[in-house]
Amino acid sequence: MTSTFIDALSGFVEKTFVITEFELRKLRHDFTELITRALQPALWLLVFGQVFSRSGAMHTGNTPYLDFIAPGILAQSVLFVAIFYGINVIWERDLGIVQKFLASPTPRAALVLGKGFSAGIRTLSQAGIVYGLSLLLGVKLKWTPLALLNVLVVVVLAATLFSTFSLVIACIVKTRERFMGVGQVLTMPLFFASNAIYPTAIMPGWLKTISHLNPLTYVVDALRTFMLAGSTSTFSLSRDYAVILLTTTILVFIGARLYSRLAS
Amino acid sequence: MDGSLTGYENLLIFSKLYDVPRRERQARIREALEFMGLTADGGRLVGEYSGGMVRRLEIAQSTLHRPRVLFLDEPTVGLDPIARDAVWGHLVDLRANYGTTLFFTTHYLEEAESHCDRIAIMHLGKVAALGTCKELEASLVGGGHTLSDVFVHYAGSAPDSGGTFRGVAAERATAQRLG
Repeated sequence: MTSTFIDALSGFVEKTFVITEFELRKLRHDFTELITRALQPALWLLVFGQVFSRSGAMHTGNTPYLDFIAPGILAQSVLFVAIFYGINVIWERDLGIVQKFLASPTPRAALVLGKGFSAGIRTLSQAGIVYGLSLLLGVKLKWTPLALLNVLVVVVLAATLFSTFSLVIACIVKTRERFMGVGQVLTMPLFFASNAIYPTAIMPGWLKTISHLNPLTYVVDALRTFMLAGSTSTFSLSRDYAVILLTTTILVFIGARLYSRLAS
Repeated sequence: MDGSLTGYENLLIFSKLYDVPRRERQARIREALEFMGLTADGGRLVGEYSGGMVRRLEIAQSTLHRPRVLFLDEPTVGLDPIARDAVWGHLVDLRANYGTTLFFTTHYLEEAESHCDRIAIMHLGKVAALGTCKELEASLVGGGHTLSDVFVHYAGSAPDSGGTFRGVAAERATAQRLG
């Protein structure tokens, strides 16, 4: 009984990493996207961040505005990379790859989670970019190994969360055109209804309520706590992790249920 | 097939997903590539392959876990006669070497005629006739009928019912992505 459970679990983990390997091998052949993606956080920090930090329009307490938004921009770039990740499965659907995946003895949840992890590993480069820019701009970062490790973990989990969300959408809409439309519609609300570029304290009541339901808010809170020297969590780190992990688990479960829709 | 991976990598990933034992993976991949005449191209990106090579790679991939039945949906559609012959040469070898049953759909009746033990003619989603090539030809009144005549006899009343717009569009998109 236990040994079959352990077999199933190790099979699941192994297959998940095969899917991740599949995605990372693609990246190895063509990593131009990693370079083009570096542009967006650079614009947000160097242009938006610097202008708003001079204007003093945002009240971020004792934290300088640039310090405040650096983790927010990392979270944002993770969101932007991950939210369009689902388009890959639409490509794979048209190429017949999804059908072959589905026909193989691979748990559906492993197909979904493996894709999510690969999105997570892809976005790690964004963390490097944001740290580089932060150094350049004099953001006071926290350099303890434990904090850095937690930043990496949160980035991978956040990308897994949002890319799985993206995959769920792809399973429902099934065509590139509709997917891009839905993706555009979702990105900005998720971003603006979060604490990424302004604190929830200055939001009107209705927006604050929405932002507390938005997983991105908890990603930003965790990143801010782990990235900035002397920063403390607004919601508590255990709540941040709980929200991120629970949402990801639910989305992986939904994705696994919907994945076979792609084949029809 | 993913165009942004090499032929070898496509086979490697699928051998892992289809539970090919770790110790046998490399040998089977090498054998499958060799069998389909792709040994020299295993390290190239599939996006650079020709249509016939992609088809051969797909067949190589589908043999990695040694299935007893291979279902092929129009295995040679869109290929030139040389590539078609190459694909069929490999499929016939495959059947001889591994005893794999080939179950395929085709619109090329000469393929059905030369490679099938049994042929079913489909009409409006139902099997309209079933038998060996000889039996089907003999089933029409009078002598000297070809398989083509048989097909027209059983499926002739709905001249254009195959495929959908989405199917055609997807096939184009696939062909484009794979180059």
